[in-house]
Amino acid sequence: MSDCISPSDLALAQRLVALTEAGLPLVEDPWAWLADELGIEVDEALALLQRLQASGAIRRIAAVPNHYRLGYRHNGMTVWDVDDAEIERLGALIGAQPFVSHCYRRPRQDGWRYNLFAMVHGRSADYIEAYRNQIRALLGNACRADEMLVSSRILKKTGLRIAAGRAGAGR
Amino acid sequence: MDELDRQLINRLQHGLPLVRQPWEALAEELGSNSATLRARVQALLDDGTLTRFGPMFDIERLGGAFTLAALSVPEERFDEVAAVLEAMPEVAHNYRREHAWNMWFVLGCATPEGIAETIARIEAETGLAVLNLPKEETYHVGLHFAV
Repeated sequence: MSDCISPSDLALAQRLVALTEAGLPLVEDPWAWLADELGIEVDEALALLQRLQASGAIRRIAAVPNHYRLGYRHNGMTVWDVDDAEIERLGALIGAQPFVSHCYRRPRQDGWRYNLFAMVHGRSADYIEAYRNQIRALLGNACRADEMLVSSRILKKTGLRIAAGRAGAGR
Repeated sequence: MDELDRQLINRLQHGLPLVRQPWEALAEELGSNSATLRARVQALLDDGTLTRFGPMFDIERLGGAFTLAALSVPEERFDEVAAVLEAMPEVAHNYRREHAWNMWFVLGCATPEGIAETIARIEAETGLAVLNLPKEETYHVGLHFAV
């Protein structure tokens, strides 16, 4: 993956974020719709999407399922205190497990000892407990302590967006 | 939900192909036709099986700043503090989790300074210390739920 996004692509991408906040219209030729909205040719719009996807700015143009509706009603944020010397290798290993949806290294803080976070999803509490045990086995002695924080209530869910100051500037 | 819906949900989590006629390409792949597929996606959005269909941005690459943060909120103040975060546009998600740190939320701002200011504002408005855990490394992001 390249880290380079040209300034002109960045400006177009920020307009794209605003344009597709509610999603991509389900029309036969979505790139023509995008080209029209951005005031560019359709081939340029498709090439822009390909560049943004190659650079990682767009992960994919995809469907996001409601995982509760699909039966994945349980999720746990597992957190692990992993030896700093081993975390790069082990982070990649845990992130590669099929039941892990997100895996990050985060800083330790006063009152917080855990540096590895892995989110697991499953159809029952037993599943996520089993996933946690699989992670524990993979980490072995490099892990000194762990916890699983189960979510019991969604208090707010509006999704990530770039705060108005920047995304709105292109409108 | 029939077999075509299942195939479509599984396939579309991986993304629409970036070719000139993406729905045609998908229809060929799934042995259907493009108008049917789009009608199916619309129906799955309408009945809430899908929450969104569109580009998924790595928004940090587009100039935003994000962090995961937590508060340890006394039970009797829980709803009051949740309402403070509910009213703040910088707060994207907020979950109750069963732990001493019982309120976990994601902040999204245009700049890193915005994150620091937002945390300071939350601390001032609630009188509680914010545990700030910005990610240092991403090992994996990719929700895929097989149906």
